[in-house]
Amino acid sequence: MSWNWTFTWHILPKLLQGLAITVEATLAGTILALMIGLIWAGMLLSGRRILTLPARGIVELVRNTPLLIQLFFIYYVLPEVHIEMSALSTGIIALGVNYSAYTAEVYRAGLESIPRGQWNAAIALNLPRHRIWWDIILPQAVIPMIPALGNNLVAMFKDTPLLATITVGEMMQKALVIGDRTFRYLEPMTMVGVLFLVVSLMSSLGISRCEKLTARRR
Amino acid sequence: MTNIFNLLPPLLRGAGMTVQVTAGAIALCVPASSIAALARLSRNPLIAWASRCYIEVFRGTSAMVQLFWVFYVLPFFHVDISPIGSAILVLGFNGGAYGAEIIRGAIRAIPRGQLDAAVALNLPMVRRVTGVMIPQALPRIVPPMANLFIDILKNSALAGLVTVSDLTFQAQVLRESTLANGEVYGLVIVIYFLLAIVLSLLMRFIERRVHFPVGSRA
Repeated sequence: MSWNWTFTWHILPKLLQGLAITVEATLAGTILALMIGLIWAGMLLSGRRILTLPARGIVELVRNTPLLIQLFFIYYVLPEVHIEMSALSTGIIALGVNYSAYTAEVYRAGLESIPRGQWNAAIALNLPRHRIWWDIILPQAVIPMIPALGNNLVAMFKDTPLLATITVGEMMQKALVIGDRTFRYLEPMTMVGVLFLVVSLMSSLGISRCEKLTARRR
Repeated sequence: MTNIFNLLPPLLRGAGMTVQVTAGAIALCVPASSIAALARLSRNPLIAWASRCYIEVFRGTSAMVQLFWVFYVLPFFHVDISPIGSAILVLGFNGGAYGAEIIRGAIRAIPRGQLDAAVALNLPMVRRVTGVMIPQALPRIVPPMANLFIDILKNSALAGLVTVSDLTFQAQVLRESTLANGEVYGLVIVIYFLLAIVLSLLMRFIERRVHFPVGSRA
């Protein structure tokens, strides 16, 4: 069995369609993770045990169990409570919930990296609360978060093939379908690997560029 | 409502397989990361480059893509590896790529003077590694390695997708036969969580054993 270029060119458009869905799921999942992560981070930093304890529990549970199982749980259990949605939406929710736990830690680390004196100075100046957050804390906290959030984005991108298991037509699923129909797995599977490699190497390059930029600004 | 006690025996059998796959992958991951890290630091550019390729390829594509490639493509080249073998191989080498970066960072964090002093003392190569490098690198290696091992445990759920009868696979079988989706996947999440806790307790134990106070004669 040897590599067939004609076949490769023939299946490439299908795989690229899958890549578009992969990217779509990643972006939607990331936006969801950024929002849900905010809830956990808020609870973790609230200083009230009634909030920190459940948040800690959820974050640890999510981070210490496989995403695949979380995905199956959401996919099979939500319909039982009469929440019906597309496989893609289910996948995006699973990605978003899973990565929200990691995102929460990024938020927390970013906020805790701000020296106590910044808070004290802002309070001493009698700045209103929204100005403390908006003008003092967030500008300093957000920039160091960017590389970590970028790494999460790339990690999520590489986790999207899991969605193939719940019939989402992303790249891996397209490759499996092509393989099933043609009995040629070599080209589709390898091309999936190559496409993943290209995209994640490019994004890693972007993140390290971004890291250098933010390092210079400080 | 299915009785949880009927679900437990098959799930625990699956958990046994999950433990085996994880243990095998960890046993492969440690030497793979050590060799790749040393190769990456090699002065021979060809060796360093080869190691870099290994690390980038395995980190740039996800474990699922790699596992499916091994499972679907290798048989066409008449390389027949059992599903368990492929899972252990892929998870081990995948973890090895991440572990290599951990070990490389730990070795590079050793002050240059330590290695110079070891050379100046005319210590043989073996003693330089076992007496100077390893004791100083290990405390920096074990904590991130613990996280990596948890990742391997979580990734081992993928083995169920290539017919290894692990926890994930048993869950699918049970779900289809009992239709008790919530109970099955809820239990599976709890079992994975418990396995992760046991693994991190084990790693914390090892962490305490390898902690050499800085500056003391270890």
